[in-house]
Parts: sequence; structure tokens; C-alpha cells
Amino acid sequence: MKYILSILYIFAIPFLLVAQSDDELIDDLLGEESSVVSSTFKTSRVINGHSVEQPAKGEMDFRISHRFGQLNTGSYDLWGLDQATIHFSLEYSPLDYLTIGIGRSSYRKTYDGYAKLAILKQQAGMPFFLSYVATTEIVTLKNEIPDYEFKHRVGYVHQLLIARKFSKNFSLQLSPTLVHKNLVPEAGMKNNIMSLGIGARYKLSKRLSVNAETFLTDFGPMPEGIEYHQPISLGIDLETGGHVFQIMVTNSLPMREVGFITETAGDFFKGDIHLGFNISRTFNLHK
Amino acid sequence: MLLMLGCTALQAQKYMTKTGYIKFYSHSPIEDIEAENEEVAAILNGETGALTFALLIKSFEFEKALMQEHFNENYLESDEYPKAIFKGQIKDFSSKLVKEEGEHKVNVTGELTLHGETNTINASATLTVSKDGVLGATQFIVKPEDYRIRIPNAVRNNIAKEIEVTVRVDLQER
Repeated sequence: MKYILSILYIFAIPFLLVAQSDDELIDDLLGEESSVVSSTFKTSRVINGHSVEQPAKGEMDFRISHRFGQLNTGSYDLWGLDQATIHFSLEYSPLDYLTIGIGRSSYRKTYDGYAKLAILKQQAGMPFFLSYVATTEIVTLKNEIPDYEFKHRVGYVHQLLIARKFSKNFSLQLSPTLVHKNLVPEAGMKNNIMSLGIGARYKLSKRLSVNAETFLTDFGPMPEGIEYHQPISLGIDLETGGHVFQIMVTNSLPMREVGFITETAGDFFKGDIHLGFNISRTFNLHK
Repeated sequence: MLLMLGCTALQAQKYMTKTGYIKFYSHSPIEDIEAENEEVAAILNGETGALTFALLIKSFEFEKALMQEHFNENYLESDEYPKAIFKGQIKDFSSKLVKEEGEHKVNVTGELTLHGETNTINASATLTVSKDGVLGATQFIVKPEDYRIRIPNAVRNNIAKEIEVTVRVDLQER
């Protein structure tokens, strides 16, 4: 009996080998999907500050930003719309993990350049994204300060961006930041300013999300007559076919890190709020 | 020895690939959009003529990264529906067809599941049999609306109502 069974068993082997159905086989052939998380934020900025997103390799992002005057200036200035501070930039990724950008703002006639490096990506076994951003800003506004040299116009920013997409709709980012200003307005003020950025995004629909951002900043001693505040920004990201629109209310007039982290003059809770927008348009440079 | 022969004979009836090619092409007066997927898995059962195709939506590559993101996030919702699967049958199939070198015209019918919706597809295809394997090629039309893919009014004129799908698979005997 045993003998017969083993004969049967041997004959069954070839059938067992092909018993794998086409459905199972196709899954083997198809392999696993990459688990790298995408679309943590809609664009490369949460609102004012950098997000862990970057343009794809070979793509150029042209960004135009406006911040209008303060809402609490009233109807004479059409609630701030009569004034506008602008910033525009070209941001390009020569590599998958590297973006370089240059920009210019009407705020103190400032030129800026940055490099953003993606270090870690959230995926199976890696709970968060990590990027590093280095920014240099050069103020070119004329002034009458004695012994004023080029170096006094320069500020530097180092940031780590740590972000996690918790669900399809919710992403959170922490951005420990060091701002170094070669020149501060008054003696006794800090040249090195530490700040912790907190940014969040909640997706309401496929094309619309709400964002919030602040930077908790240790300003150090502030002489009389100088008053800086934490930047607080609330906004929406609205996506159309080829553009991303970010529309926000913020107490910061400047749109780059040295400015909005260390020089936000408006008090959000007193109504010193600017309406503003960023527009992002991406162009393909490869091909 | 006989067993081993039996084994290879049975296994040899399947022709397969994991590097099949599928392209889709949308033509509109405003813009042409196309995307290619070169990681398509396909199996042809050489005995029954049954066909199985599968692909990952995220493996479609577009010229513009933003388009690819929209395709995955807004239209195909690939986090929720990561795969497209086709299960079909070559009509009037006989196992001799894949043994006979040369080009054969065949008709294929089957079910395409995409974005959680399943529809019947009928297409004529060519099978080119050589000693290297079976080269299958076809072209057919899918309509986004059949697969519950909603296109907002703002871009309605940018995306064709009928999308042309081109398939090319180089199937190897295994």
C-alpha cells in the first residue's frame, strides 16, 4: 500500500509543479510596488518655508509669490491690496535628490540662493523623510550706515526638514533651523538665531488642501523699538492642471527664511495679517 | 527520466514575461499625453489560449512628473487601486498556433479591471511565433468614463474621451 502511495506521489510531482495558477504566477512576475511615499506636500513649500518636496530630476519650477499689505490698514488701502511685496525664483533639480534655486524679492531688494538635498525618504522600514537645506540671502537695499561692507548684507540659513505622511490626507513636518545674520539691527541682538518650524497639511479633496505653518523662534534680547513675532501662516493649496496655487494669510511680509523667521514684524493676533499667494509652474528641461 | 520529460512538457505550455510594454496615448486639440509602462507582467497559456496581464499603475512613466503625480493621485488613485489586470482568452485557439512559426492574426476577448471597475475588451492582435518565443501585439481603445475616472471641467478638453492603448509583449517559454 505504502508502495502504491509513493508511486502516486511521484507521479503527482509534475502536476504539483504546474499547479501554481496564472493569478499567483502573475503576482510573482509583477513584483512588489516601491513603498516610497509620494505627495507628502503639494509643492516645495509648506507655505513660506521649505517642504520635503522637490521638483523631479530635470524639472524647473518657476515660482511667483506676492504678499499684500496688512488687512488691518482698512478700506483706504483696500485692506492691503494696494501694496505688494513680490518674490520670484527659478528652482531646478539636476539630480533626483538635489534642487538648486535662485530668487529675488522686493523685500529689502534681496537676492537668494539655496540648495536642498534629500537624504532619507519615507518607505517601508523608514518612518520619515529627511532633507537638508542651505540658503544664502544678500540684501541689496541702499543705505547710509557708516562702514557698511558687502559682508554685512549677507545671511545664512541651515535647515533640517523632518516630515512624515501619517495618512493619505495628513502630513506633518518639523524643521529645526539655524539662521546666521552677519549684521543685526542693534547691538546686543543675536547673530545666530535658532528656530523650530512646524508645518502641517491636511488634504480636503483631491485638489485642495489646508496648510498651517509656524516657526518657534528664540529671538534673544530685543532692544526698544524693535518687535519681532513668530511667523504664523494659514493657507490652502489649490491645484489646477499645470499650476499649484497657494493662497495664504500670514503675518510675515518677507518670503525667504532670514526674513520671515527673524524679521516678521506683524503680530498675527492684532490683525497684522497679509493676504498672499504663491504660484508654481513646472517646466521640463530634459528631452 | 519520463517524469522529467513530463515535467518540462507541462511547464513549457506557459509563455510569459515581466518586461512587457504598454503605452497609452490621449490625443486632444490642446495637448497629447502619453505614458509608457515597461514592467508589464503577462502570461499566455499555450494549451488553452488563456491570457493574463497585470501592471502597476505607478510604473507608468510620463514626460512630466507633475502629470504622473496627477495621474496617480487624482485620476487612477493608485494608492487605492495599485494594479490593472486583464484576464482574457484568444478566440478559436489551438495549441498548434504557438508551435507554428510566423505571424498569426487572432481575436482576444476578456475583462479589464482598472480603478476598481471591470469592463469587457475585444481586440484583434497579432502573435508572431519564432524560435525565440511569442511576440504579441495589439491596440485597443478604453474610455476613462467606463472606469469611473472623473475628469474635471477645467481640463476636460485636455484629455481625450477615448484613450488608445498599445500593447507589446515578448513572451518566453518557461
